[in-house]
Parts: sequence; structure tokens; C-alpha cells
Amino acid sequence: MIGNLRTVDDSLFIETAEGVALRGSRCADCGAYTFPYQGGCPRCTGDSMIEVPLSRTGTLWSWTVQGFRPKPPYTGTADSYGVGYVELPGELIVEARLTEADPERLRIGMPVELVLVPFRTDESGVDVHTFAFGEARHD
Amino acid sequence: MTDVAIVGIGMHRFGRTDGVSGRAQAVHAAREALRDAGLRFSDLRFGFGGSHSAGDADTLVSELGLTGLPFINVANGCATGGSALIAADAAIRSGQHDLGIVIGFDKHPRGAFNTDPAEHGIGAWYGETGLMVTTQFFGMKIQRYLHDTGIDPAVLATIAEKAFRNGARNPMAWRRKEISAAEIAAAPMISHPLTQYMYCSPGEGAVALVLCRADRAREYTGRPVLLRSAAFRSRRYGSFEVFAPWLAAERADSPTVEASRAAFEAAGIDPSEVDVAQVQDTESGAELMHLAETGLCAHGEQEKLIADGDTELDGRLPVNTDGGCIANGEPIGASGLRQVYENVLQLRGAAGAHQVPGEPRVGFTHVYGAPGISACTVLTR
Ligand SMILES: [Zn+2]
Repeated sequence: MIGNLRTVDDSLFIETAEGVALRGSRCADCGAYTFPYQGGCPRCTGDSMIEVPLSRTGTLWSWTVQGFRPKPPYTGTADSYGVGYVELPGELIVEARLTEADPERLRIGMPVELVLVPFRTDESGVDVHTFAFGEARHD
Repeated sequence: MTDVAIVGIGMHRFGRTDGVSGRAQAVHAAREALRDAGLRFSDLRFGFGGSHSAGDADTLVSELGLTGLPFINVANGCATGGSALIAADAAIRSGQHDLGIVIGFDKHPRGAFNTDPAEHGIGAWYGETGLMVTTQFFGMKIQRYLHDTGIDPAVLATIAEKAFRNGARNPMAWRRKEISAAEIAAAPMISHPLTQYMYCSPGEGAVALVLCRADRAREYTGRPVLLRSAAFRSRRYGSFEVFAPWLAAERADSPTVEASRAAFEAAGIDPSEVDVAQVQDTESGAELMHLAETGLCAHGEQEKLIADGDTELDGRLPVNTDGGCIANGEPIGASGLRQVYENVLQLRGAAGAHQVPGEPRVGFTHVYGAPGISACTVLTR
């Protein structure tokens, strides 16, 4: 459980004062980021990775729309959904589902923010959540 | 060091052959390649081969002959055929062996590949939430590329149209019916901006090549083709690859850039000298991007190249002359060797209805695949 939500994999998330964030790692030696957390640094090949929450906002780097229901191991409810890569400034570019699946409403460079969304229900009918990015709200 | 020649080529038709196993297709290809070189299996001194999902290549000896030769299985995803070829090249070039065979074959179930994230060291969540889908990667790579270069997305349908047109002229191809660019563009969207007819499908097929030291090639064929180089590269930090839950903020060249550069350098041949090229066209956007990544043209130049007909059979730089992956499908273990087979046909002047005019001398092949690998060859006659 993350907050009050059941998730697909709790190890992907970290709770912060600003809300739930993706749990990544940053290399203490060279500053490279990864997602999810991993012990080895793919940039400098060292093993001094530190657990860090990743930025909850970014910009859309690329996107597509999944047009047909994927084969297993996909377990989601939706047959069609948006997918994108989101650039988190100064950190990395993370792949995620998008809350928007209309090509007319997606464009490279648009500001987006992290949300947890239900993508299926478990055996007892409880929503299981994953991370996604949606158009950033103006605060 | 000796040079390496390809003196025999054999293929089992690509597509769907119900009732014929992948192994049987491989045996057929091997016997065709041996026949082409005028050899028996007992003449061979080594074998390298593999398939992704149709069995171990070394078990083919039970059908081809129990001669005691060292037959080594190669399992390297989309570069299985290319890696087998690299191993054979090294065995001959080093003087270890004079004459041997490489075999690539496969038989995949219908529909898109479904891959277990655990095999790629990725958590189960990646598959469960619908991100372990190769077609998405190609959609997002071309989406970003079109954004960066300003190339008109309409070119994607033009590329697929050419693939089907060339496939229609190739008796060994799977898809042999021409499809218009308009119909391709209007087909169901698989992964925006790519439609169903812009993608290749997993399929079946087999290819075998007999290789020997170049100074003995004339003993087996009147039309030897030299394998001038074969190179393989994996991904660097910062490149954008299939099955990537994240990318580095900084960008690096793709393995395609590095493998093709290595192949051209080892061959002592410039990309501008290529007369016929087979590049990985998992979907039509891949052909577009790989044309520039391999050095065959500059980034952004493809749109004019294609509009001018340069990549057609009778163009300045014919590309995917056998219909490519789009018209042949992608049996993983055989796909890279299909490209080499096609270039040997072209350099021999034996490609029939899909022959490139003007007696081509230099052929180039390029494979790209998961998890971010590329294998390239340069052939000359
Ligand atoms: Zn580091």
C-alpha cells in the first residue's frame, strides 16, 4: 500500500511531503539517475547508488497510443491507452502510461505531472494502481 | 589473415508454412546452401547457428549428418544470425577453419511477440501495466524523430508501399501483394503514428550460408561474394532502446551508429560506395531512421531521397530490395541472414524480378533489435 492505495509494485514508489513520487536512484559518484532503483550505476559502472524521489513534474518527450489489447503479461482493464516518455528536468526520462489517449490532445513538450491511476482490479474488486502522467494543472 | 567468402546460400521461404517445423525449414535451407556450393555436409569443418523459439541449431546434425564437426549454438536475440556470421568470420579469418556453415531459423506463434520482463531484468509491473510492448517503442522513437527532423509522417506509408512492391517481385517473400500508400495510411493504428501495414509480423523461415577462406572460393562457386566485415554492438548509456523503463537525460548514439561505423571501417569502404542496402525495417519508421543512423544518408535527407525514388530497386541507393522485414516477416533467428542472402543474390546478379540494375558491387546489411543491439555486414564481389 502506498498512502491508502494498492499498487502494482510498492517498490516503485516513495512517499514525500509533496505526495507520492517515483522511487529512483542517483549515483553518489557521477550523479546519474535511474528508475526504478538499482544498485549499479550504468553511467560510471560504480555501485554507490542512493535512493531518491524523482521529480513529480516534467515535460512530454515522446508519446504514442497503444491501439490494441496487448498479450499477457498485460493485466490492465483498458485495451487502448496512452504511453509516453516524460523528461524530468535534470534527472532522467521516464516511461509511463499517460492519462490521455487522444492523439489530438498530446504534443511533445507539454507540461505533465505524476498521478496514480487504477489500471485493473484485484480478485476482491479492489483497484490496483500504477503511475501515469497527465496534463499539469495550473496551481 | 585470410579473407572470407560466401560460396553457398540457401533459404526456406519466409511466411507461414503449416506442418513444417522450424528445424525442418533449417535443414531445407542448409541443404540448399550445400547444393549451391556443390558440397556435402561431411565436407564442412564447423557450424554456428541458432533460433529464438524453434529449437537448438546443433540438433540439426541428426538430420544433416553425424560427422563430429563442432556445431555451436548462438542465442543473441535479433542478432542471432549476425552473431553466428561473426563467429564464422572469425573462425575462418583466424585460420582455425577453412569451410563451414551458419544457419538461422525460426517459427513464431501468430501475433505480436509477448516477452517476459524478467528475461530482461525488468520487474513484472512493466508487463502487467502494458509497457512491455515492442510496437510502442517504435511508435515513440519515430514520433520523436519526426518532431526533431520535421519529416512529413506521410513518408511512413510510402516506405511500406515500397516494401510490399518489392515483396511482390520476390518469390521467397511472405507478403506478395502490393498495397497502396493510401490503404497503408488508412489501416488500423497499432501505435500512433504507425498503422498495421507499416509493421512487420513475427513469422517463419530459415537461411543458411556456406563460408570459406576466400582463396579457395573458386573451388565451390563461379560467383563468390566476399564478407568484408561483420560487426556487432550493444547499447551505450544515453541511447534510446526498446524495453527501456527510463532513458538517461543525456543522449548518445544508438548501437546502429556504432556497429555500422565499425563495419564500414573494418571493410575499408565508405557508406557512399554502397550499391544495395538491407536495413532493419521492423516498421517503416525504422527504415527511415536507420538510413541515417547507418551513415547511408544525413538525418533529414531521407524525405527527399524517398520522394526522388532513390531507395527503389532502380534508384541510386536501393533499400530492402527483397521487401525487407515488412514483406518477409521477422523470424528472429533467420532475419539477419535473410538480408545477407539477399545481398549475395544481388551481387551475383541472380535476384531475378527484384534484381537491382547496374551490376551492384557493394552490399550492406543492418539488424537492430532488443535490448538495444545492432549487427552489420559489408559484402563485395
Ligand atoms: Zn555513476
